[in-house]
Amino acid sequence: MSQTVFAPWNDPDEKPLIQFRNVTKRFGDFIAIDNLTQDIYAKEFFALLGPSGCGKTTMMRMLAGFEAPTKGQIFIAGQDMARIPPNKRAVNMMFQSYALFPHLSVWDNIAFGLKREGKDKDAIAARVDEMLRLTRLSKFAKRKPHQISGGQRQRVALARSLAKAPKLLLLDEPLGALDKKLRQDTQFELMDIQEKTGTTFVIVTHDQEEAMTVASRVAVMDEGQIIQVATPAQIYEAPNSVYVADFIGDVNIISGRAKPNGEKVAIHWAEGQPDIIGTTATKFEAGQEIHFAIRPEKVAISTEEPADAANKTKGKVLDIAYLGNISTYHVELPTGHVVKAQTANTRRLSRRVITWEDPVWVSWTDTAGVLLER
Amino acid sequence: MRRFILIAVPYLWLVALFLIPFVIVLKISLSDVALARPPYMPQLDFAAGWSGLVSFFAELDFDNFWFLTTDDLYWKAYLSSLQIALVSTVLTLIVGYPIAYAMARAAPEWRPTLLMLVILPFWTSFLIRVYAWMGILANEGLLNQFLLWLGVINTPLTILNTNTAVYIGIVYTYLPFMILPIYSALERMDDSLLEAAEDLGCSRLSAFWLVTIPLSKNGIIAGCFLVFIPVIGEFVIPSLLGGSGTLMIGKVLWEEFFSNRDWPVASAVAVILLLILVIPIILFQRNEQKQREAEG
Amino acid sequence: MRRFSWFNATALSLGFAFLYIPMIILVVYSFNASKLVTVWAGFSTQWYGELIRNEEFLNAAWVTIKVAVMSSTIATVLGTMAAYVLVRAGRFSGRTLFSGMIYAPLVMPEVITGLSLLLLFIGIGLDRGVLTIVLAHTTFSMCYVSVVVSSRLVSFDQSLEEAALDLGCSAFDAFRLVTLPIIAPAVISGWLLAFTLSLDDLVIASFTTGPSATTLPIKIFSAVRLGVSPEINALSTIMIAIVTVGVITASLITKQAAVRQARDERMAERPA
Repeated sequence: MSQTVFAPWNDPDEKPLIQFRNVTKRFGDFIAIDNLTQDIYAKEFFALLGPSGCGKTTMMRMLAGFEAPTKGQIFIAGQDMARIPPNKRAVNMMFQSYALFPHLSVWDNIAFGLKREGKDKDAIAARVDEMLRLTRLSKFAKRKPHQISGGQRQRVALARSLAKAPKLLLLDEPLGALDKKLRQDTQFELMDIQEKTGTTFVIVTHDQEEAMTVASRVAVMDEGQIIQVATPAQIYEAPNSVYVADFIGDVNIISGRAKPNGEKVAIHWAEGQPDIIGTTATKFEAGQEIHFAIRPEKVAISTEEPADAANKTKGKVLDIAYLGNISTYHVELPTGHVVKAQTANTRRLSRRVITWEDPVWVSWTDTAGVLLER
Repeated sequence: MRRFILIAVPYLWLVALFLIPFVIVLKISLSDVALARPPYMPQLDFAAGWSGLVSFFAELDFDNFWFLTTDDLYWKAYLSSLQIALVSTVLTLIVGYPIAYAMARAAPEWRPTLLMLVILPFWTSFLIRVYAWMGILANEGLLNQFLLWLGVINTPLTILNTNTAVYIGIVYTYLPFMILPIYSALERMDDSLLEAAEDLGCSRLSAFWLVTIPLSKNGIIAGCFLVFIPVIGEFVIPSLLGGSGTLMIGKVLWEEFFSNRDWPVASAVAVILLLILVIPIILFQRNEQKQREAEG
Repeated sequence: MRRFSWFNATALSLGFAFLYIPMIILVVYSFNASKLVTVWAGFSTQWYGELIRNEEFLNAAWVTIKVAVMSSTIATVLGTMAAYVLVRAGRFSGRTLFSGMIYAPLVMPEVITGLSLLLLFIGIGLDRGVLTIVLAHTTFSMCYVSVVVSSRLVSFDQSLEEAALDLGCSAFDAFRLVTLPIIAPAVISGWLLAFTLSLDDLVIASFTTGPSATTLPIKIFSAVRLGVSPEINALSTIMIAIVTVGVITASLITKQAAVRQARDERMAERPA
């Protein structure tokens, strides 16, 4: 049985469900969204990731119809959404605060949208029960929102927004109010429900781990613009800028001047230190500013000089952060740079050999890091 | 010991100056009017001891309450007090709700100022605020002058000394009591609830009916009781703005006491007024209780 | 601001016009030269002059202020005690009756409160005058004070008191040094409320006063029963002015305190 990879964005015949066309949104002098163009496809789980104030919430609120673009157009299923009020859109939203109606029971909250459609009673009851089963809330149907736990409230909010079977579901920091353990469980539940219902999800979050876990594609945003859109793996392994590399996960950044050398590029980064050798498809001019980004887990650490590493340098252990499954070593180089190296703790603590102030070697291959222009 | 003093001082004060006076009213309402000073019978004669006490209780009766039912002035006054209180509560709600709503929707930095503007009249003398309307509503008053000047009317309207003036006066003076609880209910409301309602297919108007109104329900109920309860016993407004046709029980009690000097009947009037008030007061307490539980 | 529409703007302007225009008219016509309040006959301050020369009004004002200061001060002490009992004293026999007696006067019609107190004073043969009004005003305003103070006490962190006891305070010292300074704003606003209620009261004062003591509201009431008079307008204007200045000053002081606290907190957050 062969499984095709879900990647409609690579298929030129696929029609996008959502299209942002040169959208700009201003609040007074503040530019929340700056000339943004982006397609999102049906059945995607699309994450908007960025720090607060980057415009991700504004993008979502424009999709829901609570804000209108100052310039540009937004299409959903080919239809221009300008002038279509929120209550006439086949789009539903799950609010960050959940916005559950405190005066209505769980059942009535979920039925709220269905009743507005004027469906008959039996159809509504059947749909609500289906939603209650989907979110495992059947036991709590008669309770009021303040009588259930935070995790249950989150599921009510999800059930309510899914009840009308929207083409597009918007999730605004859906797990922000939950504690870490519950959040991880709920992430998988969300993915499961997204797959079962076949709905397109757009999620706004500032938690990169959450975005990486749930999303089919992640858009990293900053100051009203999308910096990079790619699958979680691409974003992590091949960030297109220092900003993205730094925002997602832990990274070492070393800046220097480029010295192109065929397939490879050497980076001159400090006097008296060997150049860093890296591989890239991008063309760099000689002497151009270049940033080398490498994840700590791709940096090896050893007490003896490694025999065959493309890049190696000596340093001294400054700090060790023990996280249980892994340890991160902060190694200070003679130049003053601090490089983070990560190793999995496959041995018991007492048997490990490297400790504070130890002289060590750090090393990495010539394909371990990425070379960035900006 | 300290704890005892702490409890005893306010306790005894209230017993002496709230509870005992109240028992006295109850007692006098069961006495008969007498041409003496104090003008009621029987007097409790402590010197006569137990027999005095027995003969004292023997002379108490419900004659005054019986009298209240025979003279239709009284029950008409009770009914008309209730009616005026009811109508003016509804009017105050109609005037107050939009103001409270607009205040809650105003920019946060404006809200304290708006709130102060609503509370400010409350600190100024009640009497003066009622008096202010006398000059406006009089036949040759400013309202009539204004309407005549506009050409809306040809002859001055008689408003002062009618029930209309009483309604205006009540709405005016009790408006803050209606606005404040509704405002505090609306202000607490999360804006995203309205967005959620719209997102789920409500128009703005239906979102208002289905979300805003139910969520401000407790504020509305509290506001209505805060107007309704004191208006029933109101004296100043009907006596300054109302006319001879305005019957309100507070005014009747006042006149019974000061003009007719019939203390037993005045006391009986007070006792019944209180019995009437017990129902709305209990309902009001329940509403407050429910609200506290919902918040807690 | 998102939904701040023309509807809201209209509601606010009409609402505040309704609340304030009558008072503005009152103030404007206090400067009217004519004796007829409804006809404008040019600017004049003569009614203020007559007011100042009117001994009866001045006496009544003096009596009113005396009564208000005395009754609100006693009411604040008793009301604060009552609030403390309600919130902190725990269970004691008669607690239900006690809290009933605190809340009942708030909803009791003034005519009944006045009548019942009068019957008491007559019953015990107390001569009616300043003393009886003070007793009456203290009784109903202490209930308002206790409601204001107890709402502050409820939100007050009890562990502060426990910390004071832990550090060696007696219960009374803990109240004096810790609780009282923290609830002081509520106590002060309770006093102001009691003071205003006393200044304002017509009905209860009318019942409980005797020929020796006439308060300002009684004087005003008997004057305006006969109709509108420019002297009363002048008097009203003075009272409105005092209240307005008082309320605005109080709100500015609280606002300044809030601003200062916010600034201090910001400064404290900043690394040194």
